[in-house]
Amino acid sequence: MILIRLLLLFFRIGLFSFGGGYAMLPLIYQGANELTGMTAEEFSRLVALSQVTPGPVAINAATYVGYQYAGIPGATAATIGVVLPSVLLVFIVSLFLVKFRESDAMKAVLSGIRPATVGLLLSAVVFLAQGSILTGMQLNLLPVVFFLVVLFVAGKFNGDPILLTVVAGVAGALVIR
Amino acid sequence: MKELWQLFITFLKIGTLTFGGGYAMIPAIRRETVTKRGWTDEEGITDCIAVSQSLPGAFAVNVAIFIGKKIKGIPGAVAACFGLVFPAYLSILIILLFLGTVEDNVYIKGAFEGIKAASVALILVTTVQLGRGILKTKTAWVIAVISFVAIVLLSANAIYAILAGGLIGYFQYQYGKRKEVENR
Repeated sequence: MILIRLLLLFFRIGLFSFGGGYAMLPLIYQGANELTGMTAEEFSRLVALSQVTPGPVAINAATYVGYQYAGIPGATAATIGVVLPSVLLVFIVSLFLVKFRESDAMKAVLSGIRPATVGLLLSAVVFLAQGSILTGMQLNLLPVVFFLVVLFVAGKFNGDPILLTVVAGVAGALVIR
Repeated sequence: MKELWQLFITFLKIGTLTFGGGYAMIPAIRRETVTKRGWTDEEGITDCIAVSQSLPGAFAVNVAIFIGKKIKGIPGAVAACFGLVFPAYLSILIILLFLGTVEDNVYIKGAFEGIKAASVALILVTTVQLGRGILKTKTAWVIAVISFVAIVLLSANAIYAILAGGLIGYFQYQYGKRKEVENR
């Protein structure tokens, strides 16, 4: 019964949160607070942990809340719950896309959506720069150096993103702390 | 079976070695699925990003399911999704069960700062490389600039930027069709 409640709660969170990970956090807090009485302080630990652990923040958060409430079965139920809406919706949409992909109208719509997505990605750069290489208007020296080195290696030599991430992590642990 | 295994392993790798979720995963996803495996092309991955962003749920999970489904139907979607989700699930459990507070550790904090700065650069490079293939007309540039300005300066939700781009594309097509009829 507890497991079903967890699954349904996270299914609801997965279904109604647009904009991915960080946009889901307020909903996760409300749900966790209702279900487990999680405090704001504990929640901020959850957020900090979700950021430094691998993988999507929403999955980390679901696993955390599920575990606190009902151990490993709870963690599993919450994680399945938060992923399930994605499975269903992506299926429906991709069926639709495959069916209409070759139509001229759909091609026209996609030709407008693609550049909008480029603009969206660039905005993600701006948001992520804030709090990393920038604090307000001020540049953070070491992160800027990391940024420039990775920019150079990835841009000029087409360096592997995963390899660069790992190297930046190791170098960060040694240098930035 | 081989493709299912490749999907699982590829997304397991992405899920294990990218941090912070969402957009931070895009450079790795593009490299692994477009450049290395050839599962989709630059336009395909851009469409996948747009759809994944417009749907609810965790962004990277949507991307994994989308690509898995494209390559190998329902089993492919499950394999890719499982590979991506498993490291996120397991790492939290290991920390809660065995490690206690790791988020205050100076080395982990330093590693995370390094990774964050690197992902800003990686996403920028990905954006420029994708943009080169996509921003080929004046209209495309206008749409990209409007979308960027609306999201960054006007705090518009990304979904509206994507919808607006789609509408502009559609109206331009209708307008072009009407002109063709008039010129006949």
